[in-house]
Amino acid sequence: MTAPVGVAERAPAGPDAGTALAIRTTGLTKRFPGGQVAVDAVDLAVPHGAVYGFLGPNGSGKTTTIRILLGLVSATAGQIELLGEAMPRAGATVLPRVGALVEGPAFHPYLSGRDNLLRLDAGDRTVPGRAARARVDSALERVGLTAAAGKRYRKYSLGMRQRLGLAAALLRPRELLVLDEPTNGLDPQGTREVRHLLREASAEGSTVFVSSHLLSEIEQVCTDVGVMSHGRLVFQGSLPELRAAAGVRVRVETSMPEAAATVLTRLGTGRPELRPDGVVAELGTVPSDKVTADLVAAGIDVRQLVVERPDLEDLFVALTGEGFDVDE
Amino acid sequence: MSTSSAVLTRPAGRPSGAVARSADLRLFRSEVRLVLGRRRNLALIAVLCCFPVLIGLAVHHSPTTPGDGPPFLSQVTDNGLFLVFTSLTVLLPFFLPLAVAVTAGESVAGEASIGTLRNLLVVPVSRTRLLVVKYAASVVFAFVCVAAVALVGVVVGLVLFPHGDVTLLSGTTVSYGEALWRSLLVLGYVTAMLAGLAAIGLFVSTLTEVPIGAMAATAVLAIISQIADSIPQISAIHPYLFSHPWMRFGDVLRSPMSWHGLEQGLLTQLAYLAVFLPAAWARLRTKDITA
Repeated sequence: MTAPVGVAERAPAGPDAGTALAIRTTGLTKRFPGGQVAVDAVDLAVPHGAVYGFLGPNGSGKTTTIRILLGLVSATAGQIELLGEAMPRAGATVLPRVGALVEGPAFHPYLSGRDNLLRLDAGDRTVPGRAARARVDSALERVGLTAAAGKRYRKYSLGMRQRLGLAAALLRPRELLVLDEPTNGLDPQGTREVRHLLREASAEGSTVFVSSHLLSEIEQVCTDVGVMSHGRLVFQGSLPELRAAAGVRVRVETSMPEAAATVLTRLGTGRPELRPDGVVAELGTVPSDKVTADLVAAGIDVRQLVVERPDLEDLFVALTGEGFDVDE
Repeated sequence: MSTSSAVLTRPAGRPSGAVARSADLRLFRSEVRLVLGRRRNLALIAVLCCFPVLIGLAVHHSPTTPGDGPPFLSQVTDNGLFLVFTSLTVLLPFFLPLAVAVTAGESVAGEASIGTLRNLLVVPVSRTRLLVVKYAASVVFAFVCVAAVALVGVVVGLVLFPHGDVTLLSGTTVSYGEALWRSLLVLGYVTAMLAGLAAIGLFVSTLTEVPIGAMAATAVLAIISQIADSIPQISAIHPYLFSHPWMRFGDVLRSPMSWHGLEQGLLTQLAYLAVFLPAAWARLRTKDITA
């Protein structure tokens, strides 16, 4: 694998780009026989051509949602559309257009990487058999496994296994890639390579739906984000929208907090909070340079004015209410 | 990493007939290779093949003609071909069913336990197609086991014992070639007998994600069926036991062949297929694949 290139222009997506969604669910719910609700009324809307980061702590229902999308697990309630067709009914025609990596790589330990892929390729009824070897070798090359293609899977390192899983998803050009934790177990270099693969697939016109419990790992490639917590989709939108939701705040250090608060309120910020050394308020849509100008014009001695943008990771934790704990 | 190469074509929506059929064949071949490529399965076949050799050597080296012993044993000294039948008689109660229980029990549960089941299903391999391919591969494995024993039996028989015309059980004599042809019928019949057990194993395999459990359960069912078959007080249920007609392959070695028992045997297995294959399908079709 080579070093990542810059993000390519988003290629025009499928024929119904803009009108239809690549993934759409309405009221998707899964209640397991034990009564546990793993997925609770989830309404996913993944636009064509997006790189959609599906985030949430371990156990928040991401993998179950992905399994339902792909027809592995039946939904208790709700509708699913993949590439405009209803799942799981249209699985035979839709799934060949979808490349998937579900819950980590799984292959036959005694078969080589290449034989494992040939086996999966043989399962695809929509591609001719004579090009099987070419498809498999090309996918192996894409993930940098050509040298290890003949090695038994059990001899693969975790990173190589993850790459083989990605190769399976990339066996042919896909309109949609559904990748569950593709960076799990990878070192920083491997994580970067996966991000590069995602960008590349996106540049070729694929919609990418990628889950992770670490926002930082996929933040750089995502255009859209959905955040799961305890089986519910607690946020869905574009990355700028997520940033906006993060609540940018302005902090003014001054000896005249009350006077500063009055100015801020007049400007239309959120309710200012008085501090011993100044005042803090949600900035909302107020431009920060306007705040500076008005404060100075009102004769307030501004010692420091800081616009605070919370780390997305902090926001993520705030949304999901999770630190290191795992959802039940 | 390279950019995608020219061999890749844009996916077409609907599978075309010829391409789909060739893919089905590829998947079946892949499955057979998987089953026959496993060292454990090859070891099973090797163990099975030891029996004709051991029996042949034992008979060859014993000073007296064996009187008692498994059926066909006393005929071995007259004609080596009977080594095939006596080996099958020895192996049919336990070792052959065990081999079938291992592959059939592992079929679905094995893929589930290592997680490859989810990969196949999202390719997508439909659940029905998966079961058909898995079942077919199990039956192929059963045939390979039986054929390997027969082949070794024929060869050892040729080396150690006379191999002229064959005196059948009914007393008539046929040429060695005719007897070989009848041996092929025996192979087919024994494989068909094991096909019923393979269907049971396939069903058990859809119930669990623990392959060893499915294998053991299937093997135990084969034993229970034979134990029940040996208890005269419950003779009323004997005709319904899947192991009941297993040993009837000797009927092929009579002249004229007595088809009635063979037909009954095949019908019994068909009945088991008709119950357990749909049961496996019903189970897998609705199963949540969470492994």
